[in-house]
Amino acid sequence: MIPARFDYLRAGSLEEACQALAADEDAKVIAGGQSLLPLLRLRLSYPTTLVDIGRLPGLSGVEDRGDHVHIGAMTTHDEVMRSPVVNAACPLVAMATATVADPAVRHRGTFGGSLAHGDPAGDLPAVVLALDGVLVARSERGERDIPAAEFFVDYLESSLRPGEILAGVRIPKLGEGWGYHYEKFHRTAQAWAIVGVAAAVRRSNGAIQEARVGLTNMGSTPLRARAVEAALRGVEVGEQVRPACEAAAEGTSPPADLHAQPDYRRHLAKVLTYRAIGKAAGAP
Amino acid sequence: MPRITITVDGIRYEEDVEPRLLLVHLLRERLGKTGTPIGCDTSNCGACTVMLDGRSAKSCSVLAVQADGCDVVTIEGLGADGSMHPMQRAFHEEHALQCGYCTPGMVMAAIDLLRDDPDPSEETIRHGLEGNLCRCTGYCNIVRAVKRGAQEMGQEVRTS
Repeated sequence: MIPARFDYLRAGSLEEACQALAADEDAKVIAGGQSLLPLLRLRLSYPTTLVDIGRLPGLSGVEDRGDHVHIGAMTTHDEVMRSPVVNAACPLVAMATATVADPAVRHRGTFGGSLAHGDPAGDLPAVVLALDGVLVARSERGERDIPAAEFFVDYLESSLRPGEILAGVRIPKLGEGWGYHYEKFHRTAQAWAIVGVAAAVRRSNGAIQEARVGLTNMGSTPLRARAVEAALRGVEVGEQVRPACEAAAEGTSPPADLHAQPDYRRHLAKVLTYRAIGKAAGAP
Repeated sequence: MPRITITVDGIRYEEDVEPRLLLVHLLRERLGKTGTPIGCDTSNCGACTVMLDGRSAKSCSVLAVQADGCDVVTIEGLGADGSMHPMQRAFHEEHALQCGYCTPGMVMAAIDLLRDDPDPSEETIRHGLEGNLCRCTGYCNIVRAVKRGAQEMGQEVRTS
């Protein structure tokens, strides 16, 4: 379908973009547009104005900053998954990004865009949550750091305020001894995850010292499987892992849709968490 | 109404566009590039795939205003002097289509995936075509065509 009418502003600076968004709460940012344009075409969203930040310099690129990696919000999925810095310092981000949609969408879709969009079925929110990323919002008032745990508020809703734009994300480096895996269950190659599990595991002397587990599409926001994380502490890689993963659906409220009912999603969460932990821990 | 400048298949156009005009509608309805079809309304099918500044993009998921100043190549701009591009020829010779609706997007996606890997394996081809749906062929002949097209493109580069 043809989208409903809207005004268009190509922002010349981040300040101009922030002002336009602060002045009109029904204005919306467009970066790559790969989440927004389908919504506009299906007339599920009616912004008054699209503020295009696609040409603003300085919002794109990956930087190694010592104890963390900074990913500019406008960095495309294609750039993220190919970035040597991301692959070396936070490979979970690269792994999950490589499963986002398809190559043509990854050429235009952006890292920050898919976080700000706040779709719990998106792959990257759960990853950034599992890695305790920090989202950096910019507005006329300056910069504000938002921990991932406080960023995702509800379905398609973030804690960005009117007039704020997501400028970048800091992903803390986890250091030596960690293994990673993103396990995604989807109907077709480019489809949204029915359920996804992002896992990071630190292992030494054959036992799991620490585990981080993020869940995709198990509620109205991405979730941490805290019960699994606690149950895995000190567990030897082997038979004890599976019972620990039985807690994966605890505290979740998975959606029902054409592809899966909540009980099936809860089952999937356990199975996929077990697989993700096994692969992240390097289990045979 | 914003005015944009856009190069499509080597020709520069200046167009006044409504902000909500999609690139695919600009191509088809204003510029007559009906070689690029619209298959779905959900960004799934990839039939409308074009090259946007050298990278594959779904032209139903780009606003014309976003493409201001960009270089677009559609299926109609691939061949030279009335002859088919080697990838188009390979699709023809390997019977990689039945109804043909997905073919323009398939060919564009195939050419795009060769930029990373000029001699792709079957698996690489299948992953590279993830965003393009075909409801006729079952993909086997498409994969074969992309392999053949890749070989012929490689040879053309070597002999030229």
